[in-house]
Amino acid sequence: MAKLARFLTGRLIKAAITVLAVLVMNFVLIRLAPGDPASVMAGEAGAADPKFVAQLREQFGLDRPLHEQLWIYMRGILQLDLGYSARQQRPVSALIAERLPGTLLLTGAAFVIALGCGVALGALAATRVGTWADSAITALALLAYATPIFWVGLMLVLLFSVELNWLPSLGMETVGAKLSGLAHLCDIGAHLVLPAITLGLFFMAIYARLTRAEMLEVADQDFVKTARAKGVREGRIVRVHVLRNALLPVVTFAGIQAGQLIGGSILVETVFAWPGIGRLAFEALLQREYNTLLGVFAVTAVMVVLLNLLTDLMYAVVDPRIEVAA
Amino acid sequence: MSDTVDAALRADAPPAAPLGGLRDFVRRYARNRGAVAGAVVLFGVLVLAATAPLLYPASPWQMTGAPFLHPFSPGFPLGTDSLGRDIAAGIAHGARVSLLVGSVSTVVAIVIGVTLGAVAGYHGGVIDDAIMRFTEFFQTIPGFVLAVVLVAIFHPTITSIVIAIGIVSWPSVTRLVRGQVLSLRSREFVVASVALGAGTLRIIFTEILPNTLSPIIVLASLMVASAILLESALSFLGLGDPNLMSWGYMIGAGRSLLRLAWWMAVFPGVAILLTVLALNLVGEGLNDALNPRLARRR
Repeated sequence: MAKLARFLTGRLIKAAITVLAVLVMNFVLIRLAPGDPASVMAGEAGAADPKFVAQLREQFGLDRPLHEQLWIYMRGILQLDLGYSARQQRPVSALIAERLPGTLLLTGAAFVIALGCGVALGALAATRVGTWADSAITALALLAYATPIFWVGLMLVLLFSVELNWLPSLGMETVGAKLSGLAHLCDIGAHLVLPAITLGLFFMAIYARLTRAEMLEVADQDFVKTARAKGVREGRIVRVHVLRNALLPVVTFAGIQAGQLIGGSILVETVFAWPGIGRLAFEALLQREYNTLLGVFAVTAVMVVLLNLLTDLMYAVVDPRIEVAA
Repeated sequence: MSDTVDAALRADAPPAAPLGGLRDFVRRYARNRGAVAGAVVLFGVLVLAATAPLLYPASPWQMTGAPFLHPFSPGFPLGTDSLGRDIAAGIAHGARVSLLVGSVSTVVAIVIGVTLGAVAGYHGGVIDDAIMRFTEFFQTIPGFVLAVVLVAIFHPTITSIVIAIGIVSWPSVTRLVRGQVLSLRSREFVVASVALGAGTLRIIFTEILPNTLSPIIVLASLMVASAILLESALSFLGLGDPNLMSWGYMIGAGRSLLRLAWWMAVFPGVAILLTVLALNLVGEGLNDALNPRLARRR
């Protein structure tokens, strides 16, 4: 137990250091962004007289030495202050908070699809090695792995929205429909199908390949041969002996990969006009709003660190051998 | 005296890259039919990129026909876009950008990754620790978002795109090289070289790195593939070099016209898919051919 506690404390410290490093990097990137922030703000406010610029500079602490500025920035972040979006006339943290649930819904759904289908397909392929089913799944995974994610989205829109008219292609809910209760949930669900599949497909391919490889690896080990020799039924061997042991590395890897999922959601949200932080980043990109863009970067990085921490926690609980590894 | 030591060293040294075994290499590679198909497709894309200025001497940005011509129109096998630009010309010129960005950014990532990995693996201790923490940090933060931020801040030019992709893709090289160097460092032929008084750089470059070449080559082919995907995603978001026609840009331009002109988005996507698929297949084939002992189970 003491070892477990030490393992978790170590991971917590590491996560804190990573977040700190991300924030320092963010600060440096903001300073590297073209244009002095004060004159940019003055320009957007429609007045560029030197007095006003100087006043802004003092107000935001831009006239202090760099390390003091970093300190001010860090203190702000701890108070959830990510700067101000001059275009939207709102704090960046409010913009992000408003969009965060959309992204969490999309990436969560995509993750469930990717992991569920990926493990199922991988297991199917591993139990039928060398058959046409195995080849088909391997080919599908190879194809999904090589397709640009935003193009998959567009092709799904072309097929299911434009040609077949089965599913909506834009936004998170029907505009102006004023639905409530179950009908509202169904509406959101229908809007979620295409973006979630788009985002999940690439990761499904990765998990399918990994599950297949891990299961083949485990199937070769002695305890599986023992089970077979004892006369355990084949279905039970696959489920209890092989799949369960193969699953651990897959789930761990999936937890680490979750960060890439958030990166991919920028593209998917752009394709489907999904109201999340990815779409916010894209809008900020078009308007050259570096504060908002860097705010999104900081938030996604922190989310990734938290997800990794969660994976470590799960890993420690699920696999008692972690004490040895730590 | 030195001759005998040299001979002893040579006897101990692991067989260097299969130079004598070129035929062996080809035979092992050709056993993977997918890899052969991948090599053929990749060769086709290379030829297309090389001959683009001859096939389509006009700028791909230039209007050459009526707007919204359907595919298989006379003179425009893939149709034209909303401004009457030839889609086929765009794809041919886009191949140059994709291959250029894919390969140069991979070189950038390999240079960073090999340097850090070799230093970390060879020196060990505190230096190794520091470099690996740094590497882990870059592996943790979402790479695509970082690439978007970097290109946006330093303005989209082909140089900033290449550097941004390089910056987000080096960590896997560092980990690979570090592991290889760690395992080779204590091998007898390296120890003998140390005993002969060779300098650190000389040992790393002439004794250790040549023996890590084959896994690096395999990784590089896969990295070119993901770099091409990354570049297309950046230019899809409008972060491509505004002076260069690229596949991602074409898809981005076709996005809002999907209902009107499906071919604008479909064909560039197929080009990306084929190129990336080919590179992945070639990577697998190289893996089978260069690391026969580690070849995947069938």
